[in-house]
This record gives sequence, C-alpha cells and structure tokens, in this order.
Amino acid sequence: MTETLATPAGEPGTQRRPPLDPNAPVVLSVEDLKVQFPTEDGLVNAVNGVSYQVKAGQTLAIVGESGSGKSVSSMAVMGLHDPKRSRISGSIKLDGDELVGASQSHFRKLRSNTVAMIFQDPQSSLHPFKKIGAQIAEAYLAHHKVSRSVAAKRAVEMLDRVGVPNPARRAKQYPFEFSGGMRQRAMIALGLVNDPKLLIADEPTTALDVTVQAQILDLMNDLQREFGSAIIMITHDLAVVAEVADHVLVMYAGRSVEKGTAQEVLASPRMPYTWGLLSSVPSLTADVGSDLKPIPGNPPSMLHLPPGCSFEPRCPYSDRVPGDRCKTEMPEFLEVPGEPGRLTRCHLADPAAIFADEVAPNLE
Amino acid sequence: MTDNTTDAASDTGAPRQPDSAFTLDKDTATEPVVHDSGRDREILLTVTDLVKHFPVKEYTGLFPKTLQTRAVDGVSFDLAKSETLGLVGESGCGKTTTGRLVTRLLDPTSGSIEFEGHDIAHLKEKQLRPMRRDIQMIFQDPYGSLNPRFTVQQIIGAPLEIHDMVPKKQVKARVQELLELVGLNPEHVNRYPNEFSGGQRQRIGIARALAVEPKIVVADEPVSALDVSIQAQVMNLMSKLRRELGIAFIFIAHDLGIVRHFCDRIAVMYLGKMVEVGDREDIYEKPQHPYTQALLSAAPDLNVVRGAVPNERIRLIGDVPSPIDPPSGCRFRTRCWKAQEICAAEEPPLDPAKDKPEHVIACHFPEVKTDLVADSDAS
Repeated sequence: MTETLATPAGEPGTQRRPPLDPNAPVVLSVEDLKVQFPTEDGLVNAVNGVSYQVKAGQTLAIVGESGSGKSVSSMAVMGLHDPKRSRISGSIKLDGDELVGASQSHFRKLRSNTVAMIFQDPQSSLHPFKKIGAQIAEAYLAHHKVSRSVAAKRAVEMLDRVGVPNPARRAKQYPFEFSGGMRQRAMIALGLVNDPKLLIADEPTTALDVTVQAQILDLMNDLQREFGSAIIMITHDLAVVAEVADHVLVMYAGRSVEKGTAQEVLASPRMPYTWGLLSSVPSLTADVGSDLKPIPGNPPSMLHLPPGCSFEPRCPYSDRVPGDRCKTEMPEFLEVPGEPGRLTRCHLADPAAIFADEVAPNLE
Repeated sequence: MTDNTTDAASDTGAPRQPDSAFTLDKDTATEPVVHDSGRDREILLTVTDLVKHFPVKEYTGLFPKTLQTRAVDGVSFDLAKSETLGLVGESGCGKTTTGRLVTRLLDPTSGSIEFEGHDIAHLKEKQLRPMRRDIQMIFQDPYGSLNPRFTVQQIIGAPLEIHDMVPKKQVKARVQELLELVGLNPEHVNRYPNEFSGGQRQRIGIARALAVEPKIVVADEPVSALDVSIQAQVMNLMSKLRRELGIAFIFIAHDLGIVRHFCDRIAVMYLGKMVEVGDREDIYEKPQHPYTQALLSAAPDLNVVRGAVPNERIRLIGDVPSPIDPPSGCRFRTRCWKAQEICAAEEPPLDPAKDKPEHVIACHFPEVKTDLVADSDAS
C-alpha cells in the first residue's frame, strides 16, 4: 500500500484558506430548524431553532458535543430522518428549493446530485460486497443517462482526482482491500461524483490518524477550490475547524450558542461554552506544569432542559449576571453590536472583556 | 442520544449536583503535574526485545500459507516508579499490542518483560495471578469494557475479592472509597453501567484498575472516546492519581497534545518498532527522526487562527506498509524523504543522540528540527 514515495511538501507561511467572497451565492439556507423525536419518556428537542447559511465555495463548521444536535440538523438537510419518528419544522432551502415536508422521492433526486454526505466511518458506509468503482458508478448512473462504461470511466477519474494511486486497478477492489485513509478518499470520490452544490462531512477525519487526517483535510480544501462546492463540516475538533472552516456555528443542547467567522469564534469567542471548549484542549505549546481546565459537569438531558440557559449548570460565569437571569431566562441569540454576522447566546454584559482578561491568558 | 437518556435516569429525583463531584481538590490542582526526577530512576519494568507475531492464513493456491503479522517486532524500553511513558504512532504501529503484552493479556512470541526483577514474559496464567495486582489496564471504550449486567459494586468489588484485598465485609466500604477517589458519588454503588455517561464510566474503569493498588497502569487511549470537555476532566483525574498514589503509567494515545501534557517520556512507534524515545522536550522541541517530525507537523493547530505563523508542513504520502511484509532495513524508508540506499540495506539501531544519551533515535540520518509546532505568539 505504498505506491508513492514521500516528499517534503512543506510550504511554510501559506494561508490555508483563501479570502472570502462576499458575493458568493447562498447554497443552503436553514431557518429556525426544529427536529423533535417523540420517545417513551417524552419529546426530545434534538434541534431547537437553528439558523444558518452556507455559500458556494465556503465551509461552515458545526461544532458541539455528542448530543448537541449537530449531526441531527444536517441529517434533516439530507432527508435522512424517518418522517414517522421525527417532527421537523422550520425551513431548509437548498438552492431555493424548500426541503421541509418534501417527499422521499424528491429527496432521492437531490441526494448525491445536489447534496452529498461523507460519514465518519467509511468502513460501514460503503457496501462491503460491491467493488469501489461500481459503487461510485452507481451513484453517477442514478443521475445521468449514460452507459455503464462511461460511468465506470467517470468512477476511475474520480478516484484519480481524490489521490487514490492506481485508480483503474483500485476501482476493481472491494472496500476491505482499502486502508482507512484510502476508504475515506473513496467516500469523498463517491460524494463528489455528481458535482454536488453542497457536501456535508460528518466527522470525516475522526477515525483517521493525524498524518492521514492532514492529507484528507488538504484534499478537501483542494477539491473545494476546484469544484466550488459549499461544505458543512461537522466536528468536535477545534483544531480541525481552524484548518478548514470559514464560518463556525457552535451548538449546545440543540441550540446555536455562537456564530461567526472561524477567526472571530476561535480567536475571540464571546460565549463561556466556547471558552470552555478552547481551554480544555491541551495544545502542543501549552505549559505542561498545570492541570487542564475542563468544563465541569455533563451536558444536560435533552428531555429535561433547564428553563434558562442550557449551559447555566456548567457555566462558571453565571454569577456575573445580576439576579437569577441565567437560571430563569433563556438568552436570545443576538448579534454582537457592531459586528454583523456575529451572534451569541449569553446574558453576560461584557464577554469580550472577560475573555481578554480571564480566559485568553490561560489559553497559551 | 444515549448519553442524555442515561443522564436523565441518574438525574431524576435528586436535584442536579454534578459539579461538586467532578472538580478536583483545589489545593492539589495548582501543583505542577510533572516532577522532574532527574536521572536517579527506580526502575520498575524493563522490556527487552519484545516480539509479538500474529499468524494469519493466506488462502492463495491449493494450500493456505501461514504468514506472520509482525505487530511488535523487537521493542525495548524501561519504566521507572511514578513515571509516565507515552506510546504514540499511527494505527497498526503496535502500541496497543505492546500495552497488552506488558499486562500479559497477550503472550509474547519472544523477548523478556522484567517486572521488579522477575521475568513475567512467559509465566503461566496461574503464576501470573500475583503480578496481575501490580499491572492493571484502563481500556479505550468505556461502553465495551464494563459488564452491563454487573452493578458498580460488582465491577469494582471483583478484583478486591479475587486478590483478597480486604475482608469480605469491608468490600462495599472500599468500593465506595474508590468511587469517591475517582470523583463519583459513593451512593451509586448499586447502579448499572448504563446509568452513567461516558466520562463517568471511564471513571469506573479507572476505579476498577485502582482497586488492587497497582504499581503500573497501562492506559490504552483512555479519553479518545470521550467528548472534549469530558476528556480534560478524566485527564486531570489521572494526573491527580499519579501525583497522589505514585502510579507509573504507560499511556497509549494518538492525540499528541494530550500525550505531551501527561507524559514524562515518549516513545514513537512505527510498524512494530520504536523509532525515537526521549523526554518530552526532546520529542516535542528537538525531534530527530523524520517520522516524529512528520507526526508533529501533521497535527492541526488552533494557534494558526489566532494569528500564529503556520508551521512548516511535512506531508507523508501513502499509508503505513503492511506489517506482514515490512520493508527491509529502515521500515520508514518507503515514506521518508531522506531515504538512501543504506536505509534499504541496513536497519538503523536505536542510537543515543549526541548531546543526550537518554534520547535515542533509530535513523541513519538523524537531524534536529525545531519549530515544527506553530508558535503560540498570539495577539
């Protein structure tokens, strides 16, 4: 499995993301999305009024803990929730096309064609009995009236494009003959075969080693430049966000709690949960002599959300807000004055000052 | 989702009281985690030329051939009292197998594992019993490693009873003590694993390992299955235990930030071999093996977005070769940009660095490289 030799491809000092184009067309617009699951114990509000937009050629990272609703909201975009077991409301406009309440046959036309998804575990999301090339060709045939041989050729082309060495031979192999990184490349080829406008990547590198993760993230950046797709990157790894994202949406307990450009959210976050996430990761340059600073406690149960701010039980700063507002009143998701497109959900009067004085000095 | 429902179960009735139980003692939390012991180390464990080959059958032709997967192929290291050794490397490099050999969950093919002067590498199960007390393991998956039909009392009490640690009547009290030690509510002894969240289960796994008062704990990716905010809680707990109980750790992980935070010494593994072993500063600030350098430079870095200069990236191409038929000479040569003829012909020995004998590197062309990690000079 070592078809190629390594090269010292270090390019020092390059900006990893190109500058943002403000006039790029909006590909996906999600407004006040709610996804609820009725269960025996009550109604689970997995996603509770989330709004975001993704523009062509740009990447939105959705960050949050397990159970924060990050995967559930993007599965709604793909129409992957069983309509009998879930209630979806709000609006999902993909390229101007309303998807809430759309029929399964409508979704089938969109899937892989306009929107495609890459999953965390390529082992279980590829068909184990079918050859890789055939799986990619099948996706192409579903949306194009071409002969099988043309589709097969297209599959080989795609494998080549995502950096699978020896694509013609590899297309005739089964998923088990691929290594983890190669399988994820094949998944990306499968996702991009119909040149979708939107690619949803659900933790695409979590199962991979760092060296392979770096390859895959580079590849996704390159392909985005080439195909101009919009990408939604679902992840819990803030360092990955720093590498690939233009915009970041932080979710907690089914709600969006902070939104802005990657630069804004990671460099000067305004919400204690984001502070906690940033502080709890040991960096490669941090002082090793001190303990890590975890967020105390556990995420709340989605069945019994606190009446006020969902993060209040774990928030070390809630006593800075006068009265019991954090306990009793859910903060609105509001724009930060003077910073258009930057939203946070917090009662704190001056989060910027608290971050600069108390949180940022501990991050190094 | 499961996490939340279990939380709901444990939260009903009593008001939420998670925070108090999870925070560490404030006094000890500010103390430095790492004590620089200098070089007068009291050696607990010496591993020499450890080899583990797994047979695999290949069905080509008329008769199946038996090939050997060389998971661990001649690994030597030692571990001193209350020291932490980090094992890092890509999947398939043999770090987990090494951990399982040390705990003797696997039988080594050859080599010796000397624990307190006795070779335990080839002991029979019965002879191993007393040693099992001293070397314990914490597993990666907190869902798979606890018996779902046992209560916490049974899970943590089992090793106490097997090893006759305390009189039968005191088992429950001791279990409660251990729960308190790992930051869980001692009243929860009669609960089942499904009533706990992932982080809490990992704490139960830790309490079980601690029950027999081990000298060495092998922790195999103990936090990689947990959410970021919970990871830090469990890491702090392990730091505290190490500080207060003086346990030596073999810490297996792929997250280089966490390894740097927790480990005094780090061994980088590649295809069943150790390629570089050294103190934390040696590995992270002055790495000499090209593979170590590639690993460090591949780690994504948050500081980039805070205005730091992006570090130089070394891109490895391709995958790890198959351990069934590893490359001749240096195993890294197929992905190495420095490889020359000698690398294919001759396997480089683990040689000490020029300036520091404790820092060993297996490379024909070692070269110090600094600045692989982006500068944290943020605004």
